[in-house]
Amino acid sequence: MAELNTGDGGGKKKGHVRSKKQNAGVDLTAMVDLAFLLITFFMLTTSLSKPQSMNLAMPDKEDKPKDQQQQLDVSEDRTMTLLLGEKNQMVWYYGLPTEPIEGPEKIGYGKNGIRKVILDKKQVVKSKYAGQDPKKQDLIVLIKASKKSTYRNLVDVLDEMAIADVKIYAIVDITPDENAMLEKEGLYTK
Amino acid sequence: MAKVKMSKKSTKIDMTAMCDVAFLLLSFFVMTSTAKVPEPLPVDMPASTRETKLPDTDLATITIGDKKVFFGMTGQDLRRDAIGKIAEKYSIQFTEEEVQRFSLIDGFGVPVGNLKQLIALKGEERNKPGLQPGIPYDSLDNQLSEWVLAARYAARDIHGAELKIAIKGDAKEEYPTVKKVIDILQKQKVNKFFLVTGLRSEDF
Repeated sequence: MAELNTGDGGGKKKGHVRSKKQNAGVDLTAMVDLAFLLITFFMLTTSLSKPQSMNLAMPDKEDKPKDQQQQLDVSEDRTMTLLLGEKNQMVWYYGLPTEPIEGPEKIGYGKNGIRKVILDKKQVVKSKYAGQDPKKQDLIVLIKASKKSTYRNLVDVLDEMAIADVKIYAIVDITPDENAMLEKEGLYTK
Repeated sequence: MAKVKMSKKSTKIDMTAMCDVAFLLLSFFVMTSTAKVPEPLPVDMPASTRETKLPDTDLATITIGDKKVFFGMTGQDLRRDAIGKIAEKYSIQFTEEEVQRFSLIDGFGVPVGNLKQLIALKGEERNKPGLQPGIPYDSLDNQLSEWVLAARYAARDIHGAELKIAIKGDAKEEYPTVKKVIDILQKQKVNKFFLVTGLRSEDF
């Protein structure tokens, strides 16, 4: 089938010319070789998938003096703060920094670390505010990255927010008090 | 014993179908792919489980790694317009050829003063590691902010769209550098951006 027929179609018999019986098949081996070579080339030299990304919306910065800024009252038992420190670890507390309801406690990233705490606190807030406005049943997470944390830590925490489906979170500047809190746990060196 | 007659089979196979498939795949790869361009500042992106894709058009990418900041835009028309605005701002004259060459550069990281030398270089020389020092972004000489502004105006003038900004940071980069870049963006009231990440497996 796939062969180039080069042989003579038949001998000269009885004098009259018989048309050559030609084989329509061509040897495609070389062509297939070439095609696969090109496929390999294109597969290896191109980046097929677009890079992924993560949307991040930061709160609008207000340059107004402190007393003119709008203050939103949020009860302290809805907020949880994550302080990102060095050594790929963080400190979390629940409530106000001066009198935390729970914590501060040192914890790592990932499935066995902070995720359990976030999911647990989410449930706590939900049950505490059950029967109220659904908008007020969500946990609020404040992410405060210290100078010693890396960009990977920030992305990991934001990813954690997506996994745990925390709807309200913000990246906020860290305060000196919280730096001290991190220092106490050994996650911050000046 | 009866003699079993072996039928003589041809060793040749019909390659037509295989050839068809091969060329189909080939045309698929040729059409769907964009060439991988070498980056002047290779970064190792942190992984995330989110799978939002980056937009294709009107996108500016700020690459952060090793305390250096690089800037890149998509689309030749956008780059043309942006460099025109920068030339005006810093009163540097670029020839038409230089503008044309610049419009083919994906990302760069040099101060405005060195832009002419960078444009004059050949493509492969340009991306040598360590050649480009990064765009200044401190408060005294905030060229990054000017570039972002120029690109935003360019996107608005040409396409009538708001420029989208992607931040591509190295995983090991310390947070203050990223914070500085975010602050520069926020000063321009850009509060939404994309963080470029890699893929992560489900069990994190």
